[in-house]
Amino acid sequence: MSALAHVAGDPDVTPAAPAPEATKRSWTAYLLLLPGALWLGVFFVLPLVQLAAVSLQSRYPGFPGYYYRDVNFENYAAALTDYAPHFARSFLYAGMATFLAFVVAYPLAYAMAFKAGKWRNLMMICVVAPFFTSFILRTFAWSQILADEGWVAGTLNFLHLLPGGNIINTPLAVIAGLTYNFLPFMVLPIYASLERADPRVIEAGGDLYANGFTTFRTVTLPMSMPGVLAGTLLTFIPAAGDFVNMELLGPQRGKMVGNVINDQFLAVPGGYPVAAALSFTLMAAILVMVFLYVRRFGTEELV
Amino acid sequence: MAGFREARGDLQLDSVTKAFGDFTAVDDIDLHVPRGSFFALLGPSGCGKTTTLRMIAGLEQPTAGRVMIGDTDLTGSRPYERPVNTVFQSYALFPHLSIKDNVAFGPKRRKDKDAATRTDEALELVQMSQFAGRKPAQLSGGQQQRVALARALVNHPEVLLLDEPLGALDLKLRREMQVELKRIQTEVGLTFIHVTHDQEEAMTMADTVAVMNKGHIEQLGAPAALYDLPRTRFVANFLGQANTGVGTIKDTDGDHLVADVLGTPVKILKSRSQVHEGEVLFGVRPEKVTVSRTQPEGAGNDVKGVVRDVSFLGVATSYLVDMPSGTTWSCYEQNLDVEPLDLRPGDEVWLTWNPGHAFGVPVDETGEK
Repeated sequence: MSALAHVAGDPDVTPAAPAPEATKRSWTAYLLLLPGALWLGVFFVLPLVQLAAVSLQSRYPGFPGYYYRDVNFENYAAALTDYAPHFARSFLYAGMATFLAFVVAYPLAYAMAFKAGKWRNLMMICVVAPFFTSFILRTFAWSQILADEGWVAGTLNFLHLLPGGNIINTPLAVIAGLTYNFLPFMVLPIYASLERADPRVIEAGGDLYANGFTTFRTVTLPMSMPGVLAGTLLTFIPAAGDFVNMELLGPQRGKMVGNVINDQFLAVPGGYPVAAALSFTLMAAILVMVFLYVRRFGTEELV
Repeated sequence: MAGFREARGDLQLDSVTKAFGDFTAVDDIDLHVPRGSFFALLGPSGCGKTTTLRMIAGLEQPTAGRVMIGDTDLTGSRPYERPVNTVFQSYALFPHLSIKDNVAFGPKRRKDKDAATRTDEALELVQMSQFAGRKPAQLSGGQQQRVALARALVNHPEVLLLDEPLGALDLKLRREMQVELKRIQTEVGLTFIHVTHDQEEAMTMADTVAVMNKGHIEQLGAPAALYDLPRTRFVANFLGQANTGVGTIKDTDGDHLVADVLGTPVKILKSRSQVHEGEVLFGVRPEKVTVSRTQPEGAGNDVKGVVRDVSFLGVATSYLVDMPSGTTWSCYEQNLDVEPLDLRPGDEVWLTWNPGHAFGVPVDETGEK
């Protein structure tokens, strides 16, 4: 029972720090926060406020391209009614790309963490290497690889395995492009959480009568959930707002919401308020989805 | 894939060898552990004790030899097929599961209908019932250690393996857990195999201790027997302290051998020496040596030395004494006298011992400590 007393009796008493010391320390903390806070203020909060203001502006009738300050929610109504299909497509394609990226990334991250041995660093370099060229250049490269004259479509057509006749300019190409572009953001967090897992904990699964698959299902996978959660968010959020893949690989009709925003800002005269309203709606929708997702699958922090 | 194997009886290792590339971690070990005993594998790090344990668990497969429980050959079977459970070093609790689910993990995998009851009983046994709903990260090291023990014990394995289970605990808690482990082992009556580099821990708990070095078992026996009569230089130095000196056997005197250790004749009982001619490593434990200011009468085994250091330890006083041979002996005197010896560094003293306590082992080391 003496051991029990020790176990139960861990006193959790933190002595109060002397006041002047504490004040000094907290000032240092604020000082250290300052550059980051300034950066966020100038480059995030201000533009956001500006965007919110623009999203509520109204047009001068008869003067295309001119606005006046207003509180006009019609832009939001237009965003939701006219562009609902674009939102739906964005979330569908981003969701599919996230799922595919997970399917590809998990085994890759698993192999890197547990099986790669001396090849681990090389695999890591291969995962990160695409970042050395521009995202747009790489997507251009994919538009050539998947082109009708390219060897992929050519081979599949030759084998009569491509019912539509082409890959480029289809939703499939867009989803493939999104999957490809955001794959590292899925691999790295999963790898990090697997690599951090104590191999003895996984061995303990085997020691306690769980075979390989059961150990994976009941021990390894749950332990890597923080990484999976981070990876899916890092993939889904940018993929839902992406327009480059659709622009370069996608069809002419049936665009994603990112393309609409891009067009409204740059190509449609007087499109600013709608573009701003669309941006805000997209942000809000993603926030709600992420919140629900984290509530459902988020685990409290693991070790 | 073979299923779970029921096996009952003594644990037996037959000529088990494990090599990792060029390195032989465990070299042709034979071991017989009777059912229900508390067995310790003791040795320095890298001696092969953990590898031996992992082969019993099935986490490593031997390069050669067999692992048996009773008549069942477990060689080649997977960890989850063996009636063996492990308390891992640093506990390896499942961080995403509650304490209760950690303990219930084994019974659930085996589709035990009484999983819940058995989990409660196991938590009761280690006095952790009130923490059942917590996560491992919310427990202290000692508490995690108990949970790890419960998680293994709940399965009633035929053999329970403990891999340095108390290594991460502070001294006071370690002492408590030693007593606790011994109590639980007596209560459940399972075979415990305990791997440790801490000789005191091994001697406190185990019925039988096997001292390992460089992949071999140097000596195996009851703790008191190993301490009293080591058979190799490694065991003499690893298990407790020993005052030693290299000598040459010159003569016999009845039941005794007479060896010359750098000019000092010493006696060793023939039955307590592993060598009977040529070079011998003479040894005597520090607490068997008596320190006095004057030469005692008729003892025969005495040497004059100079005190180098005195440490007062409360129950005892420890002396370091420089010997004429150039070595330094350590002596351990209980503080029984009303008039203390009051020795200072530089004082000349006589060291004596009963020749019945001396031992002789081969000079060549099978391993440096």
